Amino acid sequence: MRRSPKETEESASVTHRRALLMGGAMTAMFAVLGARMRYLSVDQADQFKLLAEENRISIRLIPPARGLILDRNGKVLAGNEQNYRVVITREDAGNVDEVLAKLAHIIPLTADDLDRTTKEMRRTSSFAPITVADRLTWEDLSKIALNAPALPGVSPEVGLSRQYPRDTDFAHVLGYVGPVSERDLAELESPDPLLRIPKFQIGKIGVERWMEDVLRGRAGTRRIEVNAVGRVMRELERVEGDPGSDVRLTIDADVQNFIQARLGDESAAAVVMDVNNGDLIAIVSSPSFDPNLFVRGISHTDYNTLMENDHRPLANKTVQGVYPPGSTFKMITALAALEAGLINVNTTVRCPGHLEFGGRRFHCWKRAGHGAVNLEKSLAESCDVYYYDIAQRVGIEKIAEMGRRFGLGIRHDLPMSAIADGIMPNRAWKQERHKQDWRIGDTINASIGQGYVLTSPLQLAVMTARIATGRAVVPRLVRSIDGKEVPVEPAPEIGISEEIMRKIRSGMYAVMNGERGTATSSRIVDEALVWAGKTGTSQVRNITAAERARGVISNDQLPWNRRDHALFVGYAPYTNPRYAVSVVVEHGGGGSTAAAPIARDAILRALSDGLPPLSAYPSSQRNRIASMLEKLPLRDAEGRAPDTSRA
Amino acid sequence: MSFLEYRVKFVPTGLRKVLHLNWPLIVLVTAVSAVGWLALYSIAGGRFEPWAGRQMQVFALGMVVMFFIAFVPIWFWRNMSLLAYGVSVVLLLVVEFFGSVGMGAQRWIEVGGMRLQPSELMKVTLVMMLAAYYDWLDVKKTSRLFWVLIPVVLTAIPTVLVLMQPNLGTALILLMIGGAVMLLAGVSWWYFAVVATGLVSVIWAVMASRGTDWQLLHDYQFRRIDTFLDPTSDPLGAGYNIIQAQIALGSGGWNGKGFMQGTQSRLNFLPEKHTDFIFTTLGEEFGFVGVFSLLVLYALILVFCYVSAMQNKDRFSLLLILGIAANFFFYLAINLAMVMGLAPVVGIPLPFLSYGGSAMLVLLVAFGLIQSAHVHRPR
Repeated sequence: MRRSPKETEESASVTHRRALLMGGAMTAMFAVLGARMRYLSVDQADQFKLLAEENRISIRLIPPARGLILDRNGKVLAGNEQNYRVVITREDAGNVDEVLAKLAHIIPLTADDLDRTTKEMRRTSSFAPITVADRLTWEDLSKIALNAPALPGVSPEVGLSRQYPRDTDFAHVLGYVGPVSERDLAELESPDPLLRIPKFQIGKIGVERWMEDVLRGRAGTRRIEVNAVGRVMRELERVEGDPGSDVRLTIDADVQNFIQARLGDESAAAVVMDVNNGDLIAIVSSPSFDPNLFVRGISHTDYNTLMENDHRPLANKTVQGVYPPGSTFKMITALAALEAGLINVNTTVRCPGHLEFGGRRFHCWKRAGHGAVNLEKSLAESCDVYYYDIAQRVGIEKIAEMGRRFGLGIRHDLPMSAIADGIMPNRAWKQERHKQDWRIGDTINASIGQGYVLTSPLQLAVMTARIATGRAVVPRLVRSIDGKEVPVEPAPEIGISEEIMRKIRSGMYAVMNGERGTATSSRIVDEALVWAGKTGTSQVRNITAAERARGVISNDQLPWNRRDHALFVGYAPYTNPRYAVSVVVEHGGGGSTAAAPIARDAILRALSDGLPPLSAYPSSQRNRIASMLEKLPLRDAEGRAPDTSRA
Repeated sequence: MSFLEYRVKFVPTGLRKVLHLNWPLIVLVTAVSAVGWLALYSIAGGRFEPWAGRQMQVFALGMVVMFFIAFVPIWFWRNMSLLAYGVSVVLLLVVEFFGSVGMGAQRWIEVGGMRLQPSELMKVTLVMMLAAYYDWLDVKKTSRLFWVLIPVVLTAIPTVLVLMQPNLGTALILLMIGGAVMLLAGVSWWYFAVVATGLVSVIWAVMASRGTDWQLLHDYQFRRIDTFLDPTSDPLGAGYNIIQAQIALGSGGWNGKGFMQGTQSRLNFLPEKHTDFIFTTLGEEFGFVGVFSLLVLYALILVFCYVSAMQNKDRFSLLLILGIAANFFFYLAINLAMVMGLAPVVGIPLPFLSYGGSAMLVLLVAFGLIQSAHVHRPR
């Protein structure tokens, strides 16, 4: 079909017009796109640059090395050991199951390890390394390195983990570290971001916990470039953190070790304290446990064994355990009476073996009675009736107040866990606690440290130090932090006349050295080291009238947990006191037989550089003591335990 | 004028045709493609594998095809229009029933190891078909209802088939191509007014259908509309692409982070960075200056198409060149609007830049047709 030229020209011009219109629309669109591009990459560039950096850069924390805990001479009590572990990376391993099977031939892997590894692998990206086994020996690590070609994707790694070289000796003092729990985080207002690092460990109890801020240090940071799925591409910058500060304790690791060994399997506690500055030289609770087990994650069976043991290894008996102080409390009762001026040093009380009061009969430990008793004799022979008598005159309020002045019934602040206040009872306390009126019988019981009176071994040591010096010595556990000495202020005078104090001390001297003293068998004969002390035996049960009628049953015939607690407090040397000691042996029987010998060995160990010198012991005991000391499972100079204790 | 009336003796013959090709257009197309190779090389971390090398091979093959088409007289291609259109529709039907599923839609068929996307081919053959139709049609009948309905049906058939794959982006482009060619052919404005009103109603109906039993779009398409309106509402899900794309573009700043220094693309934060979102890599590495230069190149391609069309007195050639130019522009505008956050994310590649064999080949076929029309234009 032919078209007229006019027709075709007309149609072409319509098309041309509309094409130009469309061209205009296109230009407008180009303008819009250009403007948008300008908005994004010029006007908003800074914001988008920031967002791009945020995308790409991730900041990872570098955990700092935890501060060391040292003894007073710089021996390491809590250190960081290199922890060798083996990790596997899925994307490099290829056939993971095959590689794991090969690995299991080379190093011991439990079914648990393998199970956990495969489970974790399902959750994480293929490039994330997963820990297969922890705490490998150097030997195992070498084996892996040797077999590396056959183990694609497997690599050894080194980290730091807490280690307690003197394991059982310091379990109660240091406590242990463990992984951060939800509860730990909830307790803190703004938790250190370090705590969010998986497997980061913080102090759970003891010094590790209470000195956590000092020990932890400050995290370093690593700026790394990551891709969209979080794979680390490279490190951009690294800022090292500050390692935690070292904490030096007042404790002498060797003395601590000696006492721990000396306490043996007894359920007991012993505290040795410097009477002048309050330094705790040893603070030992027995039996103990290995804190390293907790760091590694204690097994159920191990934990149950510890929990089921009737000697309560997990309890720190030195500060947490409270016991009726028994006769070791008599100094306080005497001091209260002397201070009040109700008695003087020559006041005598006749002891017929018991005291009748309000239709009740309060017995002296010596059924036959002590006859006429003055202050010195009352302490030396530990006459109960003397104290029954003077306590009635002085009253409980003054006794309780005197107890508090000497550090009983009050909390001594140390960086340790579960520190008990003890109880120094008075009228108000009984009213509040038991909703009952105080009775004279309660005062009589309290006068010899029975009844409601409860004290911890630490408090008894403080009391002894205060008696020895006449000053209000305060115990302390930390000697220096990060090399800087913690200052000690000179203890203030306790405010009791030196004359009275001297009398009390001479009474305690007579306990050890008097003709009829209760603890003469535990005396020290070395003239320079001669000491003073006081025994105590506290009942943990009431003796019924029926029992009494049948005659006193000796402790040996009773089941262990109903026997009396044995206590002893003392200080040495008598003339120029340096150390105070307190020992409590739970259900140990008599203070003079079970506690005093331990206290003597402990204080002699503290006073000398090595083992207690045999010359300090009465000659008749030397052979026995020598063989006893020889058998003690002591650590060597490096702190390694003897093989026998490992068995 | 129809080609029978051309003074054919003035049309160059044999190798002399080489001298009469529209060389500026060829240079521009090669330049834009080269920018694409650079981008693909950078995205692969400085390697020709896996994208840049293959893209260059496809480009070389496409150039051979383009020259071949350019050397064949345009009147031959005019006569092939109906056949080409028919074959494309049949291929779409084949894809519908036997095609492979990719990205949740049936889009390609395997032919001897090559993936063929008939929907890509359709964009060119539809332009050919409509241009040939209006060349054949008596100009006086252009705006008569019956003769308007025929191109509408011709456009609707492939559009519906593509929509069923479902591939919303390409379906939209087909519709726009059909509309553009009809507009250029001189169809009365009244029809367009009516259709525009209809479209608004349809959009309203689609939005209103959401959540009802007669829902007209897939859920993922509705979600795309949502995230278009507020990309931050789903930063890790549907909005992730848009947000990361804008971060990449914006962080390039004035002159970019430098070749191969784009952190967004190199570290995989950009999704689809070698295909639909390739522009963001360029924006990140070459900044506003680089991107603006690219826009200028694209604009020049369109300008040269226009110049060629305006010189051409053959109605088929005129409509064909303008139709292809419009098609090219739609690709470009929708893709750029999408990556800049001005339009919803629909699967539209950036012409000559995005990695993809079918799209590249079809584009070069289309530019081959433009060259043929240019060489064989009546003088």
